[in-house]
Amino acid sequence: MASGAELIRKVKEQIEEVDPKDVHALSQNGNGAVIVDVREQHEFEEAHVPGAVHVPRGHLESRIEGAVSDRSKRVILYCASGNRSALAAHTLQELLGYEDVASMRGGITLWKDRGYDVEVPRALTPEQRERYSRHLLVPEVGLEGQLKLLDAKVLLLGAGGLGSPAALYLAAAGVGTLGIVDNDVVDLSNLQRQVAHSNDRIGVPKVDSAEISIHEINPDVNVVKYPVRLGADNIMEIIDGYDVIVDGLDNFPTRYLLNDASVRTQTPVVSASILGFEGQLSVFHPYEGPCYRCLYPTPPPAELAPSCGAAGVLGVLPGVMGLLQSVEVIKLITGAGDTMAGRLLLYDALGTTFTELKVRRDPDCPICSREPEAISDEEMGVFPDYEAFCAGAG
Amino acid sequence: MIKIPPVLRASVGGAKEVDASGANVGEVLRSLASQHPATESQLFSEDGELNRYVNVYLNDEDVRVLQGLETGVSDSDTIVILPAMAGGSR
Repeated sequence: MASGAELIRKVKEQIEEVDPKDVHALSQNGNGAVIVDVREQHEFEEAHVPGAVHVPRGHLESRIEGAVSDRSKRVILYCASGNRSALAAHTLQELLGYEDVASMRGGITLWKDRGYDVEVPRALTPEQRERYSRHLLVPEVGLEGQLKLLDAKVLLLGAGGLGSPAALYLAAAGVGTLGIVDNDVVDLSNLQRQVAHSNDRIGVPKVDSAEISIHEINPDVNVVKYPVRLGADNIMEIIDGYDVIVDGLDNFPTRYLLNDASVRTQTPVVSASILGFEGQLSVFHPYEGPCYRCLYPTPPPAELAPSCGAAGVLGVLPGVMGLLQSVEVIKLITGAGDTMAGRLLLYDALGTTFTELKVRRDPDCPICSREPEAISDEEMGVFPDYEAFCAGAG
Repeated sequence: MIKIPPVLRASVGGAKEVDASGANVGEVLRSLASQHPATESQLFSEDGELNRYVNVYLNDEDVRVLQGLETGVSDSDTIVILPAMAGGSR
């Protein structure tokens, strides 16, 4: 029986070995060769050859086809010092029918000794890998998507019926920063639907109550609290720097104000509204799709625009709509799937029907038909008959 | 068939859907307004045009990008009336 060292020596006689300087030249001119790192996960995460794909040797046979499907392609394997990659090259060549395989002599150790650059990828901590493991398993999110979520800043307008489920699930999903704008305090009548709050926090500001719930589910989320009413005087400052805005506002003037401000900053808004047993959902992605004014050029008169406070709402409905909003937020951040930009969803809970309508950009839209720099502070949130509307709304 | 939004249901006796006939969108909505006069001022302005705050869809398309009230309809079409809603968080 041969010793391990003898086996490796014999295997190396049967495969091609290449010098790091040749691999470096290849990686510079990018002629279609695939560089595969066959080391363990933690070794790959420390540093790897730029552009290398990772297929640990223990999973070589099951995963190599996912990384290199064309068996005639040039494949260069490396490990730490050149032994594991020699054995892996032998497997690919002799057992799996890869036609043009080589192992990099001396591994990444020699590569570094020669002074070539390495890539140090961002990685999740072991705790994060465990927490987000179900995301990592779906290719549409994966490590890349999870890192995007961790870097993302999402602003919730309102920590009420729509904002509560959005806050909890976006926190659980690992959105790194959640801003919350709400100047209200928790009331007993909120608890029929506003699940970020609790009985023992009645009377507590909603931003503080929501922060407690967010940190109970995910202590790593950075919560930024704005216990103020959103207005023309503060909106540009508050929304600055956020990647996505979740609109759960309860009145028209602020929705128009938000629209105009978000067009100026080109920030996508995931919008929902609820009444009784029915909800509406859309995404207003400035300059990529219609804005709120393209859909609703003017608000209805006050008698046709009752609020939930006046007209009532099924407590579960904002949960459904707030979670539909959360899904749109995650798609906007990760780039997965198709968002609701250009579409409006109507959900009727009593009939369990979903109706989808098309929403077009209005070429004559008073706001988004113009360049963002052309929109002034003075015209933000203003609409025809604004004074009369606000007087009527009392 | 016309789908009635929540805010207009009181004006049509609580129905979610109302049958109305006509050769085009305008005629169908006029028929609705004659069956349920309370809807007239909510749908139409004094000059007979659709109120700007009311969106009307033929199936899934906004009639504003079709031929407006002149857009032809058939029996199998659905008209959706959609005023903006602002209900949210409080």
